[in-house]
Amino acid sequence: MTSVAATTRVPHAHHDDRSFLRKYIFSTDHKIIGIQFLFVSLFFLLLGGVLAMQMRWQLGFPGKPMPGGGLLPESMAAGGVILPEYYVQLVSMHGTFMVFFAIMPLLVGVYANFLIPLKIGAHDMAFPRINMASFWAAFAAGLLMFASLFVPEGGIRSGWTNYAPLSARPDLSGVTIGQLLWCVSIVVLGLSSVMGSVNYITTIINHRAPGMTWFRMPLSVWALFITAILAVLALPVLQGAAILLLFDQTIGTHFFDPAAGGQALLWQHLFWFFGHPEVYILILPAMGMVSDIVANGSRKPIFGYHSMVFAIIAIAFLGWLVWGHHMFMSGMNPTLGSSFMVSTLVIAVPSAVKVFNWMGTMWRGNLRFHVPMLNATAFVAMFVIGGLSGIYMAATPVDMFIHDTYFIVAHLHYVLFGGSLFALFAAIPYWFPKMFGRMMSERWGKVHFWLTFVFYNLTFFPMHILGNAGHMRRIYDPTQYDFLKPYQPMNEFISIAAFLLFATQLIFFVNFWYSLFKGEKAPQNPWEDNGLEWSLPSPAPHGNWERVPTVYRGPYEFSSPEVSDRDYLPQHEKRPTDREPASTTAPSH
Amino acid sequence: MHWWLPLKGSTFAGDIDGLFLAILIITGIAFVVVEAGLIWFVIKYRQRPGRKAFYTHGNTRAEVIWTTIPAVTMVALGLISNHYWVRIKGRNSVPANAYPIAIHAKQFEWQVTYPGADGQLGTPDDFTVRNQLHVPVGRPVVVHLSSEDVIHSFFVPVFRVKQDAVPGMDIKAWFQATVPGQYELGCAELCGMGHYRMRAQVFVHTPEEYDAWMKQAAQEAKQ
Repeated sequence: MTSVAATTRVPHAHHDDRSFLRKYIFSTDHKIIGIQFLFVSLFFLLLGGVLAMQMRWQLGFPGKPMPGGGLLPESMAAGGVILPEYYVQLVSMHGTFMVFFAIMPLLVGVYANFLIPLKIGAHDMAFPRINMASFWAAFAAGLLMFASLFVPEGGIRSGWTNYAPLSARPDLSGVTIGQLLWCVSIVVLGLSSVMGSVNYITTIINHRAPGMTWFRMPLSVWALFITAILAVLALPVLQGAAILLLFDQTIGTHFFDPAAGGQALLWQHLFWFFGHPEVYILILPAMGMVSDIVANGSRKPIFGYHSMVFAIIAIAFLGWLVWGHHMFMSGMNPTLGSSFMVSTLVIAVPSAVKVFNWMGTMWRGNLRFHVPMLNATAFVAMFVIGGLSGIYMAATPVDMFIHDTYFIVAHLHYVLFGGSLFALFAAIPYWFPKMFGRMMSERWGKVHFWLTFVFYNLTFFPMHILGNAGHMRRIYDPTQYDFLKPYQPMNEFISIAAFLLFATQLIFFVNFWYSLFKGEKAPQNPWEDNGLEWSLPSPAPHGNWERVPTVYRGPYEFSSPEVSDRDYLPQHEKRPTDREPASTTAPSH
Repeated sequence: MHWWLPLKGSTFAGDIDGLFLAILIITGIAFVVVEAGLIWFVIKYRQRPGRKAFYTHGNTRAEVIWTTIPAVTMVALGLISNHYWVRIKGRNSVPANAYPIAIHAKQFEWQVTYPGADGQLGTPDDFTVRNQLHVPVGRPVVVHLSSEDVIHSFFVPVFRVKQDAVPGMDIKAWFQATVPGQYELGCAELCGMGHYRMRAQVFVHTPEEYDAWMKQAAQEAKQ
C-alpha cells in the first residue's frame, strides 16, 4: 500500500467528526465492529451460562425446586421444579447460544475484525460496509434466537445438533415456532459469517502493509485467515440444511422424514459436514492468539513458526474429512467408519505439533506471567486434555461405549471451555488496552484466573468418570437408572463446582466493566510486543495509521541479539541493516 | 460408585476395555510428559532479573521427532482399533448362528419381539414384550433395530453395545452376553422430552431359565 492511498483514503484519521450514531452504532470501522461483537457475544456467553446453571441444578438436585425457579412459568418449571420439556430446551439452547452466538463471534467476530487490519497494517477491512452488514446480520440472528425463548413452547428441544426427524416433526418434538426461528436465525447467521469471512480473506490477501509477507504474518492472522476460508465453505452447507428443515416444517416437503420417503441421516451428514469444520472454526483462532501471547509471555520467537502455519493448514484440510466420526453409531456403513477413524486419528498429529511448539517456545524463555500469559498457558494445558480425550472416541470400538455419554460432554468442554474460552480470557485483557485505552485489573484478573482454573477442572474432569460409567448425555433425570444412582453424589459435586465456576465469572464481568470506565490508562505498548497494532496509540484511532508502517521482520523477534537494551523488536522498527521491501505486497486499491 | 468401566457383560466387552486401557496408557504418557514439562518450564524459566531468553526459531530435528512419534502411534492405534471394529461392528460380523430379536423403538419405549419356539422372526409364534429384553447367556444375539418415529439409540452399558435405531432403516447389532443377571438398557440419543425415561430391563438367563421364561412369556403374550 502506498502512502498516497494512506492519505487519500482516510482524511480524518485523527480528526474524528462523525456523529455518535455513525461512530458507535452504524460504524464501518473494523475496530468498532469488533467491539460491538464483543458486547453482544459476552451477553450471549452469560446467557448460555445461565442456561447451563439451570441444567446443573436439575442434574445435581433432580426434582427439587430450583432457587428462583418460581419466576418461571408453570409450563417450564412446575412449582420451581424444572420439567423435562424445559430441560431438553435448556440443553439445546445452551449449546446453540454457546457455539453460534458466544464462542464463534467472540473468536471470529471480535478478533478477526479487530486484529486483522491492525496486525497487517491496513486502514480498515476491504469492504467496510459489508463488514457492518455482517455485524447487523449477526445481531438480527441473535435476536431471533433469543426471541425463541419467549414464544409459546419456547426454543428447540432437539439438541444444538437439531437432529431430524425429531427437529422436522413438531408433533414429535413439541416445538413449532421455536424451531422455525432456529432455522431462520441460522440462515441469517450464516449470511453474516459469509460476509465477514469474504472480508477477512480479501483484506488479508490485498491489504497487507509493505513488507508484510505471508510468512511475516502473526499466527493469529494466519489462523483467522484459514478460519475464514473454513467458514465461507462450511456455513452455506448448514444454511442449506436449515432451509431444507424449514421446508419440511412449513411447505410440506419430506427431506428428513423417512415415513414419506425422506432420509433421516441426510441431516446428520449435512450438519456434520458443516459441524466438524465448525469445531476448528471454534479452536483455530484461539490457537493463533495463544501463539502470539505465548511468544510474548515467553519473550522468545515462536518455536517452529513454519510448522505452526502448516499445522493450521493441515488441521483445516483434514477437518473436512472427519465429519463421519460423529456418526459411528448412526447406522452409517461401518466400513466408512474405518476411514473416518483413520482421518480423525491423523488430525491429532498437527494438533500435537502445535502443543510441542508452544512448549518449545516456553523452553528457556524468560516467562512473564501477566494475566494473558496465565490464561494462554492454561489453554495449552487444557487443550492437551481435550485433544487426548478425543482419541478415545476416534477409536471406533471404544466410541461404541462412550458415544453420547458424559465422556463426550467432558471432551467437548475441555476443548471449548478449556481451549477456546481460556484463549479468550487471555485475548480479552491482552487487546483490551488497544480497544478501550485502559488496562484491565491484573490483580482481579489473576484471582479470576486461578478460581476459574480450579472450578473448571472440578466441574468438567469428573464428567469423564460419569462417561466411563455409561452416563448418557441429555438425560433429564439420571436417577431414573439404577446403574446411575450411585453416581448421584458426583453429579451433585459437579453441580456445586459449576455454580462456583459461574460465580467466578462475575469477577471477570465486573473487572471488564469497571476497567472500561475506571481502568488504569494504557500506555501505547503495555506488553512490550512487536505487532503493528502496538505502534498505534491506545485506543487505536479511526483509520488506524495516517501512513501505514513498513514491515521489516516477523512478529516474534523477542530477545533478538540485534538489540541489547530491551528484549523485543517491533515489526515496523527499521534497523540500520534493514532494507526497504523491494515492492509493495498490496495494491493500494 | 466405580471409577472404572462397568461389569464386562459380553464377549467383546473385554476387547473394548482393553483398547480403552491401551489408549489410557498412550494418552496418559502424553499427558504426563506435556503437563510435567509445562509445570517444569513454568517454574524453571519464570522471569528473573537479568535473565535473557534463549533466542531460537526452532529445531528441525526436534520437530521431525515430535511429528513422527504421534503419527506412527496414531496409525498403529488406527490399525489395531480397526481390527476390533471389523470384528464387532463390521458388515459381516454378525455370527451366523445368532439368535434373532427385533426391537422397535418409539417415543418413549422399546418394543421387543421374540422369535418364539421356532427361533425365527416373522413367524406366527413371535410375540412382543414392552421394555424387557431377555437374552440367553453364551449365545450370540442379533438385534434387528427399527424406529417408529425419531432416532433412538440402543445402549446396554454392560454389553458395551450401542447402535442408533433410525426410522426408515433396519439396522443389525449383535452381542453375546456372558454373565447372567439383571441390567439396564437406555436410550442414548436425544429423542424428545421423555428421552430420560426411555429405559428397559435386560435379563441375561441361563439356557434353561431362558426356555422356561420363553414358554411363560409366549403364553402371557397370547392372552
